[in-house]
Amino acid sequence: MQLILKIIFFMLIFSNTSNAQSKFQSLIEYQNSNIIKPSVKTAPFVINSIQTFNGEISNKFLLAWQLKKLWYRKDDYSIFLVEKHSNTEYATIDLETGKSLGLAKKNTIKQIKPNSGVRRLIGSALVTSQLNSSILINRISSLDSIGRNPKAIHLQPLRNAILKESDTNLKIQMERLERILSVKFEINEVKRIEAIRSFDNDLSLDVRASLNPILNTTLELSKSPPKQGTYAQIIDMKNPSKFNRYQAYDMIVKEGWAIKYITSEMKRSSLIENIKDGEVSGIKIKNLHTNLSRDLAYSRLVNSDLAPKDVTESQIQSAIDGTFFYEKYIEKSPNVILATQQTLNKIKTKVYIARGIDLFLDALSLASIFFLAAIGLAITFGVMGVINMAHGEFIMMGAYTGYLVQQYIPNYTISIILALPIAFAVTFFAGILMERLIIRHLYHRPLETLLATFGVSIALQQLAKNIFGTQARPLTSPDWLGGSMIINDVISISWIRVAILCLSIIFFALLWFTLNKTRLGLETRAVTQNPQMAASMGINPHKINMLTFGLGSGIAGIAGVAIGLFAKVTSELGNDYIVQSFMTVVVGGVGNIWGTLAGAAMIGFLQKSIEWFNPSNTLAAQTFMIVFIIIFIQFRPRGIIALKGRAAGD
Amino acid sequence: MKSVLVKFLINNPSVLIFFLILSFITAFITIGSEAFGYGFISTSLIKVLGKTLCFCLLAIAMDLVWGYCGILSLGHFAFFGLGGYMIGMWLMYERTKLIVIEAGKNAELPMTIQEVQNAIGAQIFGVVGGSEFPIIWAFADFFWVQLFLVILVPGLLALVFGWLAFRSRVTGVYLSILTQAMTLALALYLFQNDSGLRGNNGLSGLQNLPGLELIPQSIISIWFFWGSAAALGLGFILIKLIVESKLGNIIRGIRDNEQRMRFLGYNVETYKLFIFTLTAIIAAIAGALYYPQAGIINPAELTPIASIYLAVWVAIGGRGRIYGAVIGATFVSLLSSWLTGGQAPNISLGFIELKWVDWWLVLLGISFVIVTLYAPKGIGGLFDKFTKGISK
Amino acid sequence: MKKFILASALTSLCMSSATADIKVGILHSLSGTMAISETTLKDTMLMLIDQQNEKGGINGEKIVPVVVDPASNWPLFAEKARELLTVEKVDVIFGNWTSVSRKSVLPVIEELNGLLFYPVQYEGEESSKNVFYTGAAPNQQAIPATDYYLEELGVEKFALLGTDYVYPRTTNNILEQYLKDKGIDEEDIFVNYTPFGHSDWSKIVADVLALGADGKKVGVISTINGDANIGFYKELAAAGVSADDIPVIAFSVGEEELAGLDTTNLVGHLAAWNYFQSAEGSVNTNFIKTWKETMGEDRVTNDPMEAHYIGFNMWVNAVKDAGSTEVDAVRAQMYGQKFPNLTGGMAVMLPNHHLSKPVLIGEIQDDGQFDIISQTSEVDGDAWTDFLPSSAVLKSDWKDLGCGMYNLETKSCVQIKSNY
Repeated sequence: MQLILKIIFFMLIFSNTSNAQSKFQSLIEYQNSNIIKPSVKTAPFVINSIQTFNGEISNKFLLAWQLKKLWYRKDDYSIFLVEKHSNTEYATIDLETGKSLGLAKKNTIKQIKPNSGVRRLIGSALVTSQLNSSILINRISSLDSIGRNPKAIHLQPLRNAILKESDTNLKIQMERLERILSVKFEINEVKRIEAIRSFDNDLSLDVRASLNPILNTTLELSKSPPKQGTYAQIIDMKNPSKFNRYQAYDMIVKEGWAIKYITSEMKRSSLIENIKDGEVSGIKIKNLHTNLSRDLAYSRLVNSDLAPKDVTESQIQSAIDGTFFYEKYIEKSPNVILATQQTLNKIKTKVYIARGIDLFLDALSLASIFFLAAIGLAITFGVMGVINMAHGEFIMMGAYTGYLVQQYIPNYTISIILALPIAFAVTFFAGILMERLIIRHLYHRPLETLLATFGVSIALQQLAKNIFGTQARPLTSPDWLGGSMIINDVISISWIRVAILCLSIIFFALLWFTLNKTRLGLETRAVTQNPQMAASMGINPHKINMLTFGLGSGIAGIAGVAIGLFAKVTSELGNDYIVQSFMTVVVGGVGNIWGTLAGAAMIGFLQKSIEWFNPSNTLAAQTFMIVFIIIFIQFRPRGIIALKGRAAGD
Repeated sequence: MKSVLVKFLINNPSVLIFFLILSFITAFITIGSEAFGYGFISTSLIKVLGKTLCFCLLAIAMDLVWGYCGILSLGHFAFFGLGGYMIGMWLMYERTKLIVIEAGKNAELPMTIQEVQNAIGAQIFGVVGGSEFPIIWAFADFFWVQLFLVILVPGLLALVFGWLAFRSRVTGVYLSILTQAMTLALALYLFQNDSGLRGNNGLSGLQNLPGLELIPQSIISIWFFWGSAAALGLGFILIKLIVESKLGNIIRGIRDNEQRMRFLGYNVETYKLFIFTLTAIIAAIAGALYYPQAGIINPAELTPIASIYLAVWVAIGGRGRIYGAVIGATFVSLLSSWLTGGQAPNISLGFIELKWVDWWLVLLGISFVIVTLYAPKGIGGLFDKFTKGISK
Repeated sequence: MKKFILASALTSLCMSSATADIKVGILHSLSGTMAISETTLKDTMLMLIDQQNEKGGINGEKIVPVVVDPASNWPLFAEKARELLTVEKVDVIFGNWTSVSRKSVLPVIEELNGLLFYPVQYEGEESSKNVFYTGAAPNQQAIPATDYYLEELGVEKFALLGTDYVYPRTTNNILEQYLKDKGIDEEDIFVNYTPFGHSDWSKIVADVLALGADGKKVGVISTINGDANIGFYKELAAAGVSADDIPVIAFSVGEEELAGLDTTNLVGHLAAWNYFQSAEGSVNTNFIKTWKETMGEDRVTNDPMEAHYIGFNMWVNAVKDAGSTEVDAVRAQMYGQKFPNLTGGMAVMLPNHHLSKPVLIGEIQDDGQFDIISQTSEVDGDAWTDFLPSSAVLKSDWKDLGCGMYNLETKSCVQIKSNY
């Protein structure tokens, strides 16, 4: 209030002076501290007073303020624009005249940084002028401003602007925004309902954001039943969800229809207040260690008027029974309410379906990530029967390879395209090395392979820590993978996940083809099923094992690049995926990649559905999923897709 | 009776040797302790050694189930942790109860039972934003019941899990992965704040025994050292007896060829289930002795990696020989804690300085690979070769 | 072999305890999951000790750092703390990051009457005679940040996202109560907890976006810890969430965490701390310069480093004032100890073992630094929050009341030892 008075006072003084520019300067000087340290509390007044100066300068100033282009000098708090001159020096420019004010050392000046709340206010204030701007970008940004902070005063300028708009796309957007504003602010009921109805099948967020508030309610109490049509629902007090009986009773007390309930805490303090000579109304303190004796002492206090009367449970109940609790609409017009309800109901069904689809996409994406992480394992473990605990570390190696490639090739697109084959090569050779040095000696001792590869796993993990440090390393996706595929405001999936999905489909096809249609695949299967026989048929089992293992490891490398892109690159990356990967393979069924596909799909979809039911606790979803898998394996020990016949032998 | 014992000892000289060494170490530690002796062994070292004894007990249980019965369980550390949780509940409840009652003495009115309960709840669950006692704490006030739960809960879990797994003939690596999944599920469950066991924070302050706050830790640490040594001794004998009995032959038979044992008419599943459950109980007892010495138990202890480390100890020590497990647990866990403690001098290679903290895990990993490849019987195997060489 | 190790361990211990210098224990994980954050603090301590020794140590005595590695293993924290206090006989310990590690160390520190400086923002609801909390209490970070949301950004609907452990749980409890007191409906508070290192964020981000459907301004308060932030922010950026529409304010994301991210799409999202590297002032410039000279040009400074900087210097001054390193004497000198913040202004050690520090809110910039857009005057740290009824009656005052858990209603000390 004081501020407004000040502004009026100030304007009175300066309206007499002739020079408009100096008036503006003086205003800025007057509001100096509020401009330099802007806050939502003071900004409306500052903006208002600046806007009273019609003309280019006030808008120019506000825009510069909004875009953080204003700077000030630390010693005299003068405000100006700057241009970078060198690392330590900036050229300062007068806001109004555009004249240079000379160079300033960087440490003597400071940027003015309004927060996003203030920026929103400025944007909102600039709407009218920007809507009429001849520059397209200004008009677009004005629409953003309206969308962020819709106000009733925007409605008319927007309608005017629509008539003048020449750009068709923008015009459509403007018309849509006009309808949204109409839903909120149109005074004419018929027009308003028309605007509401026009959104019948639109599930956009901004539409729902404008429709839902119409149905906002307040909680009301009354002793007689409320009038039909003015309330959303009468709350069933036998089974209230939002508040408990005592809270309900408190509300009744607040209305003055009942006396206050005495909590055990209050009883206790009353007793304490009335302690006399180690006794409370004749009962020794040391005996007051049960609720029964305390109640007795309290009732004696009530009888001697030393404490307020207690309320019994039945009194509470009858008070509640005699009261109606209902949710009353804030909106007055029943017609508007009805129209909104009908429109929202139509939207709601669509939203449910859309959310279902979105969840499906999420689950599909999760399944593809699990699949990609596990598919290499499906080959080494599933086909060859080798337990490779270091599989996770191969994934990690792939991710770090991606990071290293990006260090040398700054173009993200090229570096990702290069990183995939390089990661494959690196882990392919690492796999071959491991097969030659370790696994070859342990083909007949599968449990020991587990242990030896675990040794490799901890060594590799620590090695990665020693080389790359413990901090997470950036692996950035190129811009074309940066955003999301947005179908509507409910269904969207990030491009990087789509890419991972594609990658896993490609690898599935590739592997299936390799294993089933090529010579290498045939030989691999032969060696897996009967190495002696295969050897006598002229196949070199050593070579085949080596190549198969390399292939499995190489795919892990590629999975590493993909996972690093959407999550993080740390030395513990592989650790997060190893148990999950093993379970994917085991659940799906060992020995063929269809099984892995089925396993990944099951785990992905299961986890997402559990999350759907319990959205606030992701950890619980993971726990339940594992428990489910354990139980599932009891009933299908060979997995979803079990091999039959001889191949299924241990 | 006496002659049976003598015979047993003559047939198994390792038992006698083990007991001599264990008693010698116990006596040495006692003499060296700050509480009962000359004080050249610090309390923290005694705690480390006491905990190591618990690890040894866990390792011999692991050896029985893996080395003798062929079940590579990656879940025994979970049983160990569960045992710790069970005793931890009592320790925490009682200690807090004493504090609450002590504080209640200053209050104007004596506390009701409900008030005491609420105050304990607020103290224990305040850190996780609750004050209600979950139902699993129902027996926390009763020492003997809670002590029984140390055996019952992990035993029951092992029994149910084992019954399900063995019944559906899940064997070999599949069983390993399944036990690992069980461990992960348990750890994830405990990590949840709503699990009723204080989530990620776990149970802490377990080294303070309720009612014995005035007794210094130097004395308590020795008590626990004795307790752990006794438990290890008993466990060693029990397992040795099992291994040397007919039961021992049967489970070895199962390890070497399960199918054949089944055809011979043995109910393989029952034997496996018995061994699995028994070792789970031994692990739980070891855990119940371990965590009061460690002072805190939380879900991070139960993560699958811990169980794998357990397998590593037994493998390095030497499977199928109980003292091997003891050697492995002692050797690896002590070396590990010494090298990562920052006291070990760094090795300078001139161009690069190798810090043990950084390189110890790499070395452990590599040595583990080497042991698996070239010395599948572990350190114990080398021992055997040596003793055989002498007897020949 | 075993005996050899024991013997050599013993001799090395004896040798090190023979020296008469002032010993400072550093109890930060150098391996395991927490190494990512804690190694930096170890390096900070070593740098500070070096600087102090160059100035001639304390009262002419040299400071010797004793570094141990508790390896992100919580029981090991207790073991190493005991070792530091009884075997190494250190005069003070600087250490810990996670709350659970602090709770693990507490009983040992209190039993042996040690002294611990804890440098990380935490959930409060604790007060130990032997611990100085130089990081932020909830009222020095969470509450001002929420006020900023309510007052400046006009947020009406809150998504509280956190990692499932004690700090986010307690902070969110306090915030929920605080928001309700401020008139925010329970339905307008969405809470979600995820495991450590969580990477699958698409559904949660979608849930947050869907909150906007009832036309209220949505804001996210994130207590997501460590690595999980990377996936979260990547998903946020991919979903095209602009800070102008749905701002995210984080309590656990600092300069160090942003180093693992490309921040171009996160510009404008917020963080609340008591320190940002971008704070202007010659003290901070010098601090950053020395840090980069010691550790490398690409290293950044962060809030817990400042906490150690203040804590260490206060301790040095307290030792000088007390003329000894004896814990009780130093503790008595700590109260009211003043030292300049790196962000300007004075930090004061309060009788409740917390600091009085300014609260800063920063916007993420595209270079991974924070642009400070709001700075309060100094706020006194509060051990027991005023916003939960059970804690509002408690007060910590070790100087005059000699109690960390004093019940103002019953006027009695609930307990002398801390709750762990």
